[in-house]
Amino acid sequence: MKMRNLSKTTRSNLITYGMVIAAYIIVEIFLRADMVSSLMEGLLVPLCVYVILAVSLNLTVGISGELSLGHAGFMCVGAFAGATFSKCVEEVITSSLLRFPLAILVGTAAAALFGILVGIPVLRLKGDYLAIVTLAFGEIIKNVVNVIYLGRDSRGFHISIKDTVSLGLEDDGEVIIKGAQGITGTPNDSTFLIGIILILITLFIVINLINSRTGRAIMAIRDNRIAAESIGVNVTRYKLLAFAVSAALAGTAGVLYAHNLSTLTALPKNFGYNMSITILVFVVLGGIGNIRGSVIAAVVLTLLPELLRSLNDYRMLIYAVILIATMIFTSSQGGQEIQERIKLFFKRRKTKEA
Amino acid sequence: MALLEVKNLGISFGGLRAVDDFSLTIEQGELYGLIGPNGAGKTTIFNLLTGVYKPTDGYIMLDGENITGKKTIEINRHGIARTFQNIRLFSELTVLDNVKVGLHNHHPYSTLTGILRLPKYYKVEKEMNERAMELLKVFDLDQEADYKASNLPYGKQRKLEIARALATDPKLLLLDEPAAGMNPNETQELMKTIRFVRDEFHMTILLIEHDMKLVSGICERLTVLNFGQILAEGETTEVLNDPKVIAAYLGE
Repeated sequence: MKMRNLSKTTRSNLITYGMVIAAYIIVEIFLRADMVSSLMEGLLVPLCVYVILAVSLNLTVGISGELSLGHAGFMCVGAFAGATFSKCVEEVITSSLLRFPLAILVGTAAAALFGILVGIPVLRLKGDYLAIVTLAFGEIIKNVVNVIYLGRDSRGFHISIKDTVSLGLEDDGEVIIKGAQGITGTPNDSTFLIGIILILITLFIVINLINSRTGRAIMAIRDNRIAAESIGVNVTRYKLLAFAVSAALAGTAGVLYAHNLSTLTALPKNFGYNMSITILVFVVLGGIGNIRGSVIAAVVLTLLPELLRSLNDYRMLIYAVILIATMIFTSSQGGQEIQERIKLFFKRRKTKEA
Repeated sequence: MALLEVKNLGISFGGLRAVDDFSLTIEQGELYGLIGPNGAGKTTIFNLLTGVYKPTDGYIMLDGENITGKKTIEINRHGIARTFQNIRLFSELTVLDNVKVGLHNHHPYSTLTGILRLPKYYKVEKEMNERAMELLKVFDLDQEADYKASNLPYGKQRKLEIARALATDPKLLLLDEPAAGMNPNETQELMKTIRFVRDEFHMTILLIEHDMKLVSGICERLTVLNFGQILAEGETTEVLNDPKVIAAYLGE
C-alpha cells in the first residue's frame, strides 16, 4: 500500500538503492561461505570504483549532455591527492576509520577543483570539440602527475619535476610521489563495504541532484540552451556545476582505487583515455541518462571478461560481440521493436493469468 | 509611462544593417503586433529585446529601467519572456517540469538543499508543483502534465511554450509567430488563448505574426517592418489599409 503512494521516480530510485544493497548482501554471503575465488575477491573494490565512475560520468554525458572523454584524468587527481594525504598523515592518524574518510574528502575536493579549472575553458565548446579537448586535458593531467616529485622533511614539503635529488631533502626526509614510479606504500584502507557505501552516497548525490531544481535546470540546458537562457537559467553556472560534481565523484572513485593498491602509478592503462573510454562504454551501454543502467553495465562489463576467461584467446572477441549485440538490441529501431514485442508478450500473459 | 520604450535601435552584422532606427512604445496591457515580409528583421528585434544580440545603436527601456545590452537571463529577470518561431521546449522533460524550469528563479533553494533533501526542498517543490499545475490548467494542459513535452501535439506544444514563459512572471510577453504551422481552427483557439492571457494575467504582449486574420483579430496597434526599417505604425485597421504596407506585402 505504501509503495503505491510514492511517485514513479521515487520507486525507481529505491529499486536502484535496493539493488546495490542486495548485491552487497549476496556477495557477503558468498564470501562468508568461502565460495568466491581470490581472483573475484580482488575484483570487488575495482568493481565499486567502476560503478562510481560510470554513475558520475553519466551526470556529464547523460544529464548535462556533454561528451567528456577525460573522466580518468579527474580520477587520477583524486587518486593521487587522496594517496598523498594518507601517506602524510599515516603516522598522525593511525585509525583508518578516520583517515580514509578524510582522504576521500581531500581527493574529492581536489578533483572538484580540477573539474572547475578544466571546465571553465572546456565548457565553452560543444559536442565533438568538447570531447576532444576533455580527452586532451585528461592526458595532460596524467602526464603531469607522471613527472611530479614530492618530498617532505622537517622543513616542509618540496616539489620538483626533475628527479628525487633535486628535491634537496634532508637525510630524514621522505619521498612521497616519485615521478613515474608514483606512490608506494599507500595504506590499504579500501574495502568492499566502503566501496558499497561510496556507491550508495554517489547514487544519493546524483539521483537527488537530478530530481531537484538544479537537475531540472541542467537538463533544460541540455535540451535547449537558448530556451533555458530565455527563461533566466544561468547556463554557465549549471553546466560547470554538473561538470564539477561529476569530476568530484570521479575523484572519490580515484581515492578508493588508490587505497586498494600498494603502488599507485599514472599509467595509460589506469588513468589514460583507455579508461575514460571504458567508462563511457559503461554509460552508453547502460543507457545515456539512465543511472541504474550505468550501475548494471559497469558490473556486467567488468565481470564479463573474467567470466569468459575460460575461452582464452576468444575472450575479447566475444566481449566485443556481446557489446555490439547489446547496442543493436537496445538502441536500433529493429531492436526496440523486438523489445516492445517481448514486453507485450509478458503483458498478455499477465492479463491471462489474472 | 510606457511599459516598453525602444528608441533608435539598430544593429549591423558586418556590412549588413539588419535593423535601423527602430523605435517602439508599448503601453501596459497592450496587445501589439510586429509584422513585415520575410527577412524584414522582426525576429532580430526580438533577439535585441531579449539580449541575444547587443544593439549597436539606441536604447531599450522596460518599465523605466534601461536594459540595453544586458544578458538574456538578466533581461528575463527584469521581466521579458518569449516564445520562439521554431518551438524550443525541453523535449526530454515532462510538461510539468518544463513549466517548473520557468519557475526556477521565483522558487529558489540551494543545490545542497536539493541533494540533502532538507525540509525546504519539500516545501518549495510543493509550491512549484501547485503553481505549475495552476498554469497548466489555464492552458488546458493539466491532463498531460506527466507527458514528455515532445509527445504533445503541435498546438499544445505552442501553448506549453507560452505557459513556460508566463511561469517566469514577466511584465512583457514576446510571441514569435505563435500561429505558425497551425490550421484555422487551432489559430482561432490560439487567438482566444492570447486574449485570455492578456486579460487574466494583465499581460502586455508583443507578437510577430504572418497570419493576417490573427493580427487584425487581436492586435490593437501594429508596426510594419521592411528591410529593417519601420514602414508604418499605428492603429491596426489604419496600418493594414496603408497602400505602402499593401505594396510591401503583395508587391506593386
